[in-house]
Amino acid sequence: MITIDTVSKKYGKAEVLNIDALEIPTGQSFGLVGNNGAGKTTLFNILLDLIRPTTGAIVTNDISVHKSEAWKKFTGSFIDESFLISYLTPEEYFQFIGDLRGMNKADVTSFLSQFDEFFNEEVLGKKKYLRDLSKGNQKKVGIVAAIMGNPQVIVLDEPFANLDPTTQIRLKKLLKTLTTDKDVTVLVSSHDLSHVTEVCERIVVLDKGLVVKDITTSRETLKELESYFAV
Amino acid sequence: MISHFLKLEWKQFVRSASFGKSIALKILMGFFALYFIVCFLAIGVLGYYILKKQLPDSDPLQIVNSFLLYAILADLIFRYLMQKLPVMKIKPMLNIPIKKSSLVNYVLGKSAFSAFNILALFFYIPFAIVLIIEGYHTTGVLGWLFTMILMIQSVNFLNFLINKSNAAFALILGLLGSLIALHQFDVYNIASIGGQVFDAVYATPIYAIISLLILVVLYQLNYKKLRAQVYLDEGILEEVAEAKSLDLSWADRLGDVAPFIKNDIRLIWRNKRTKTVFLMSFLFLFYGLIFFTQKTYRDMPAMLMFASLFITGGFALNYGQFIPAWDSAHYKLLMSQSFSYRKFLESKWVLMVSMTALLYLLSFPYLYFGTEIFLMITAGAVFNIGFNSLFLLYAGSFNRKRIDLTKGGFGNTQGTSATQFLVVVPLMIFPMLLFWIFNKFVGYNSGFFVVAAIGVLGLILKNFFMNFIEKKYIRDKYAMINAFGKEA
Repeated sequence: MITIDTVSKKYGKAEVLNIDALEIPTGQSFGLVGNNGAGKTTLFNILLDLIRPTTGAIVTNDISVHKSEAWKKFTGSFIDESFLISYLTPEEYFQFIGDLRGMNKADVTSFLSQFDEFFNEEVLGKKKYLRDLSKGNQKKVGIVAAIMGNPQVIVLDEPFANLDPTTQIRLKKLLKTLTTDKDVTVLVSSHDLSHVTEVCERIVVLDKGLVVKDITTSRETLKELESYFAV
Repeated sequence: MISHFLKLEWKQFVRSASFGKSIALKILMGFFALYFIVCFLAIGVLGYYILKKQLPDSDPLQIVNSFLLYAILADLIFRYLMQKLPVMKIKPMLNIPIKKSSLVNYVLGKSAFSAFNILALFFYIPFAIVLIIEGYHTTGVLGWLFTMILMIQSVNFLNFLINKSNAAFALILGLLGSLIALHQFDVYNIASIGGQVFDAVYATPIYAIISLLILVVLYQLNYKKLRAQVYLDEGILEEVAEAKSLDLSWADRLGDVAPFIKNDIRLIWRNKRTKTVFLMSFLFLFYGLIFFTQKTYRDMPAMLMFASLFITGGFALNYGQFIPAWDSAHYKLLMSQSFSYRKFLESKWVLMVSMTALLYLLSFPYLYFGTEIFLMITAGAVFNIGFNSLFLLYAGSFNRKRIDLTKGGFGNTQGTSATQFLVVVPLMIFPMLLFWIFNKFVGYNSGFFVVAAIGVLGLILKNFFMNFIEKKYIRDKYAMINAFGKEA
């Protein structure tokens, strides 16, 4: 379970995030939507202890992320390209992450074999460094690396952006299978309302750092979101 | 149109992160530029009189002319190695209504003002003025100067045409070599025949027109070549290197730090700048030759100590001082992965120490200079291993500048800040001072022992210092993430 307790972030006088209380139960697929500057990435960065909140704290599985680093063991994440190591090949990158997550070479190979379809033969064995892959293929690498080592919490910022339609559909399938057993919590942010409503059972709308909507996804959710954003 | 481009260039210059570079560095660069300018000016002004005094029978202008052919060839070689076509960031311009011809003209025109073209003028212009003062007829000198300026420009554009061809480079190198050889062995002095051409320009200034024609032709050739390449898949396209996989499974024996060591080896080998640092550290091995071979330094043991530190410390110094900025591009990733910071720091330490040890092994031939010198190198190596590697890790926690690994190697100062200048004091001055004091006042090899003892002490207390360094890194984590996230 992830508990967000009075988390706010200020840069000078400008407040970019202010969340009173938000609880994400274990096994939930959680979607975060909002326009540019709503504070989605800031929230994820605080959750990953990459920036410090001005007030409050985030606690995941009884661990305050700012105080202990134990959460790293069960958290996988991909925020942006700075999570990739540009001069490695995809294979080497997966092995590096695998090493850090206690997987040996055979583990990594068998783990990657599940994703042949997802990679669509565009990632592995191409003799290219990550810096030379297209944006979409870089994203595929980042997403797959984020779910290495059976994490219980997976954080993906804008996972659908830059992906081709086929991969978008495959990613949705992947995210759904991850949460079927109800022990992996998936946090996803997106600008694409139909994708999030399809994948997430709960959707929170941020606007200028504030929670303005907290919806359990139903058939009407997409309409509700569309009418909210159509101003 | 051109004013638009110039505005963009200006903004690019002023707003680039490197513009905010530390003031010390800017001053240093300024001094270098000034130094070269002053040198050229001095030769330009005094050259005439020096030549007149040394060779009173001959005409200084003719002497200069007879060497011009060499100068042109040498200039070409220098440019081939150093100068890059100033490709403006052309990509965002392609889809807006600007004629491609003006883009190309602008890029080429801009190159005419490159520093490579300006520097030589600091020689030619004062030299020409002196010639006029000394009674050479003005139109002749002006024609000659005009030819020189056009010639520099021609070389500029010729360089762009041949720049990608290794064969052309070999040809020029061979041409220069054989010209010098023919001259040396008095077989045939072609350069002086070349000189007569320039003499003719002085005698009949109207010949300067010919050099104008050459320049126009070269410009046209460049224009045609570049104009055909203003497409995304042509000249602007960055080349994609095929990835070569390295088998580093031997490193697995290192245990916990293995993934980081493997990563660092790939980092060093696959990026230009780190590769330069790595290869340069072997050049540092030869540093001692400068000092040990000269009598003057024999009486200054502190200077010899300085050299000894450099011989084995090349890698630790050049690589270590930018830890952890080498990893700045993916620092966020590292900070969200599950590993202890200690492992990361430990891996850097292992890397520095093993490279220093390797360089020490390679320094064994210095035994030739006697055991005293070798003792000094040994003391230096122990100091580098024990003290410097830890100190560099500590100093690294003050690094707040992102390094973009894809940018070039030699002379790239990106990521440099005041930290790099301050670091040198304890790394170099401190052991020198210690050595000097003990050598002078206690004597009998105590200097070596003290310097080595500090190193040994560092090794013994390594864990204590590592704890301290680790805490510092963890404390500064957010500041580093923030700083490394900013584009360099």
